[in-house]
Amino acid sequence: MSFLNNVITGISLGSIYAIIALGYTMVYGIAKMLNFAHGDVIMVGAYMAFFAMGRFELPAIAGVLLAVVVCTALGIVIERLAYKPLRQAPSLAVLITAIGVSYFLQNGAQILWGAATKTFTPIVNGTLVLVPEQLSISYVAILSVVCCIVVMIGLTLFTTRTKMGKTMRACSEDKAAAQLMGINVDATISMTFAIGSALAAIAGVLMCSAYPVLSPTTGSMPGIRAFTAAVFGGIGSIPGALLGGILLGIIETFGKAYISTDLSDAVVFAVLIIVLLVKPAGLMGKYVPEKV
Amino acid sequence: MALLKVDDIHVYYGSIHAVKGVSFEVNEGEIVTLIGANGAGKSTVLNTISGLLHPRTGSVRFMDQDLKGIAPHKVVEKGLAQVPEGRRVFLQMTVEENLEMGAYTQPKSTIVPGIADVYKRFPRLEERRRQVAGTLSGGEQQMLAMGRALMSRPKLLMLDEPSMGLAPILVEQIFDIIKELHAAGTTILLVEQNAQAALSVADRAYVLETGRISLSGTGAELMASGQVRKAYLGG
Ligand SMILES: Nc1ncnc2c1ncn2[C@@H]1O[C@H](COP(=O)(O)OP(=O)(O)OP(=O)(O)O)[C@@H](O)[C@H]1O
Ligand SMILES: [Mg+2]
Repeated sequence: MSFLNNVITGISLGSIYAIIALGYTMVYGIAKMLNFAHGDVIMVGAYMAFFAMGRFELPAIAGVLLAVVVCTALGIVIERLAYKPLRQAPSLAVLITAIGVSYFLQNGAQILWGAATKTFTPIVNGTLVLVPEQLSISYVAILSVVCCIVVMIGLTLFTTRTKMGKTMRACSEDKAAAQLMGINVDATISMTFAIGSALAAIAGVLMCSAYPVLSPTTGSMPGIRAFTAAVFGGIGSIPGALLGGILLGIIETFGKAYISTDLSDAVVFAVLIIVLLVKPAGLMGKYVPEKV
Repeated sequence: MALLKVDDIHVYYGSIHAVKGVSFEVNEGEIVTLIGANGAGKSTVLNTISGLLHPRTGSVRFMDQDLKGIAPHKVVEKGLAQVPEGRRVFLQMTVEENLEMGAYTQPKSTIVPGIADVYKRFPRLEERRRQVAGTLSGGEQQMLAMGRALMSRPKLLMLDEPSMGLAPILVEQIFDIIKELHAAGTTILLVEQNAQAALSVADRAYVLETGRISLSGTGAELMASGQVRKAYLGG
C-alpha cells in the first residue's frame, strides 16, 4: 500500500510541477529564453492567496482569483520592463537579467511581507480514505491532478482551435514570418507571459495547500524542479511539460521513500542527466541545433 | 501615381552597408523585377519595405504614405505582403492553419472564401490541407507561401526568389502562376536570381549590384542588353 500511496503523492506533486513547467516551456517556445523568475511568480501568487484568505478571510476562490490576476499582471510587467528591451541581446544577458528579476522578487517579498515563514491555509482540507489506515488521497492532491488535466486540455484546445493560440504557435516557429503575416509578435509574447504567470499563480496556491509553508524563497525549489521537468520532457513542448512534470514528481517521491530524503534532488538530476545523454532534446522535444 | 516608391534608401547591418542608395518604383498593375547576384542586397530591400529593417536614410512610400516608423505587422494591414526567401512557411502547422495565419489581418468572414480561392489556384494544397507544412515538397511549400501571402488580399505582392531550389518544371509552373496573378490584377515586385525567367515576365526591371542599382529598363530591354546577358544570362 505504501507503494500506491507514493504513486499517488508522486502524481499529484508531479501535476503541480507540470503546471509550472508549462509556463517555462511556453515562454521558452516563443521568447527562446529561460525565465528564471517564473518560480518566484509562484511565490507571489501564494502570498496573494494567503493574504486574501488568511488576513481578509475571503473564500478560497477569491484567493485564487486574486493570485491569478496579480500574477498575470506581474508576468506582463516583468516581460515589458526586464525582457522586452533585451529582445535583440545575447541570450546570456537575458539569462542574467532573469536571475536578477528572480532575486528582485524574493527580496521585494522579504521587504514587503517579512522573511518569517508563514503557515498557509490550504484551499481544501481533508482526505478521501480508500482503504482505512492504508490508502488515502488528500483532496488537495485530487484537486492538483484535476487542475492539471483541465489546464492541459484547455491549453491544447487553445493552441489548436483559437486564432490567438495558433498565432502563438506561429510566433514560436518563426517570428519574422509571423510579422510578415501581420501578427503583432510583441503582443503575442506578452500574452504568453500572461498565461504562464496565471498558471504559476494556480500552481502556487496548490503547492502551498499541499505543503503549507510560505516564505519569500518558497518558489525557488519548485521553480527549479519544474524547469528540470520542462527540460526533461523537451523544452518548448506542451505535452513534454506534462510528461516531465509527472515523471519528476514520481521520481522525487520514490527517491525520498526508497533511497533518501536528502538525496532526492540528486536522484532527480541524475535521471535528468541520463535522459539528456540519451535524448538531448528531452523526451518529447525535437532536436534543433542552435542557430548562431 | 506609383503604388510603391523607394527613394534613395541606405540600409545597414551594424557597420555593414548593405544597401547604398537604392531608388525605384512600382506602378499599379505592373510586374517589376529586381535581379542581382548573391549578396547584392535584394532581400535587404524587400525586408526594408516590409518594415523588418529600417533605412538609415531615404524613404519608402506606399500609396503615397511614408512607411517610416510603421511596424511590420501594420505594413501588412496596408496591403503589402511578402513571400520571404526560403518560403518560411510554418512547418509545424497544417496547410490550412498556414493559410489562416496569412489572413491574420482580415475579417473572419473572408477566411473561408479566401481559402477556397487559394485552393482553386493551387489544387495541390487542397489535397494536403490537413498535412503539416513540414511534410510538403519544396514546390508545394512555395505554393503554400504564395497562397498564404494572398490570404491578406495584398495590393502589392513581393516575392523573394520564388524559384529558388526548384526543379525547372516547377520553376515554370511558379512563373505561370505569377503571370496568372498578374493577369488577375495583382501588382508584383519580384526578386530573382533567375534573370532569364524574371525578365521574361517583367514589365520593368532593375539590376542590383553590391547595394546599388546599376541598370534599369523594360524587361525586354534588359534581356537584350549585352551587359545583362554577360553577367546574368550566361553570355
Ligand atoms: N543579418 C545580417 N547581418 C549582417 N550582414 C547581412 C545580414 N543579412 C545580409 N547581410 C549582408 O548584406 C548584403 C546583402 O544581403 P541580402 O541578403 O540582401 O542579399 P541578396 O541579394 O538577397 O542575396 P541572395 O540572392 O543570396 O539572397 C550581403 O553582403 C550580406 O552578407
Ligand atoms: Mg536574398
